[in-house]
Amino acid sequence: MPSQNKNGLKVWQKRTARESIFHWVLWLIGIMIFTYCWQQISKSTTWFFVWDAPRIATDLWTRATPPKWEYISQLGKPIWDTLNIATLGTIFALIIAVPVAFLAARNTTPSRFLIRPFALLIIVSTRSINSLIWALLLIAIIGPGVFAGVIAIAIRSIGFCAKLLYEAIEEIDETQVEAITATGASRWQVMVYGIVPQILPAFAGIAVFRWDINIRESTVLGLVGAGGIGLQLSSSLNVLAWPQVSLILIVILIAVVISEWVSAKVRGAII
Amino acid sequence: MLKLDKLVKTYKTGDQALKEVDIDVPQGQVLALIGPSGAGKSTLIRCINRLVEPTSGKVYLDDIELTSLSSGSLRRERRRMGMIFQEYALIERLTVMENVLSGRLGYVGFWRSFLRKFPQSDIDEAYRLLDRVGLAHMADKRADELSGGQRQRVGICRALIQNPALLLVDEPTASLDPKTSRQIMRLICELCRERELAAIINIHDVALAQMFVQRVVGLRFGAVQFDGPPEGLTPDVLTMIYGEEDWEATIESVDDEDDLVTL
Repeated sequence: MPSQNKNGLKVWQKRTARESIFHWVLWLIGIMIFTYCWQQISKSTTWFFVWDAPRIATDLWTRATPPKWEYISQLGKPIWDTLNIATLGTIFALIIAVPVAFLAARNTTPSRFLIRPFALLIIVSTRSINSLIWALLLIAIIGPGVFAGVIAIAIRSIGFCAKLLYEAIEEIDETQVEAITATGASRWQVMVYGIVPQILPAFAGIAVFRWDINIRESTVLGLVGAGGIGLQLSSSLNVLAWPQVSLILIVILIAVVISEWVSAKVRGAII
Repeated sequence: MLKLDKLVKTYKTGDQALKEVDIDVPQGQVLALIGPSGAGKSTLIRCINRLVEPTSGKVYLDDIELTSLSSGSLRRERRRMGMIFQEYALIERLTVMENVLSGRLGYVGFWRSFLRKFPQSDIDEAYRLLDRVGLAHMADKRADELSGGQRQRVGICRALIQNPALLLVDEPTASLDPKTSRQIMRLICELCRERELAAIINIHDVALAQMFVQRVVGLRFGAVQFDGPPEGLTPDVLTMIYGEEDWEATIESVDDEDDLVTL
């Protein structure tokens, strides 16, 4: 108890003596674990390579600069593909995520014991696998190319969008739903009037946020052959064409900055 | 017109919110339901239009028994019961007009309501009602731009456009300042008189209730403790409903206000 009575004097401390000893012991254990882990990592590291790192890095830097600017003429199409993969993937994902979110939200699901777990399973399973892995699987199934990339991005995004959306649905103001129900409106009318207006800002925010993430994710999909600028990146890496690699990285950086700016603008406009 | 017959509501937690409540409301009567917080006032109102399912007992609206209706016929009967809420319960992101028209949802098909293609007669009636409550110029404003009193007026329009026979009013003034509270209560009671509507008004403010209504029902622990005219609310009765307190001031102030009104 922080409040104590000592000889008629009321004393207050944040912790009692026992509690502060317990705290110190916890800290001690924490530090011991940290030192032990540090030693283990140190043992399994080949320190020669680490000490060598600055030299290799400067070597790479001199090879990669200046970027091969004229290579830009071949990057227009791939970066356009990348943008399309991200945008189409996001749209497809939203088309599936919206119904899944309504099935998963506690206050709108038709059945808590049958349908809700199923919807949650869709959310968890699509979310837990990285889009790069989805792309590898899909290339095996539908062959390499942009389409595999679109589907990979779409599947990966379903869980993310549905999860955020169903949380937004669960946080709505129920009295507005009550008010619409009390007018004698049908289930679907209650949804359109009582729920949709309340989640619309969240929906728009989620959509542009995911689109922004997908632009970044789709840049690497080409590494496994799913189209976009990653394809150029991997072929340049394979032939050790470092000036091309550096130009590709610059282009990706610019694309990501622009997408981030757009999504910040859109979200700012909604909220 | 409205008849509650041994209405009981027991929540899953075991709390008995209503204990065999019998109330009979004739057409055109405005009834105030008073009682301490947790007495079951809100539950009672919601059991009538089955936003809360009653555990047992019957509710008759005219000759139709509401507690046994299927969901389709319940929706049809809900159109005859307008509801007004404490926190207005407007759809904040829709316009005033859309909010008022949402009172017609029970009469309009899904696609028409989805596309906001309401019949012209509904739109005329919406404008008429907004004009009646003094908000005709606000029709295209978003609901969240309005002040509390204005929002409650929109809530009243939404209930009235249903063309109801009965109004269920849940703490209409609890979020409003004293002056606006009176205006809103006066408006509700006037509209009930104009349209011969019965109304059940949950209200905390005993003095305000006494000013406007013809009949008061006092609820305590889910049971009716008092049922009679507002003049019957003596200190003893109020003690019975709310518990021990000095009630003279409350009743005194009502007399003063009555004088002011007649002046």
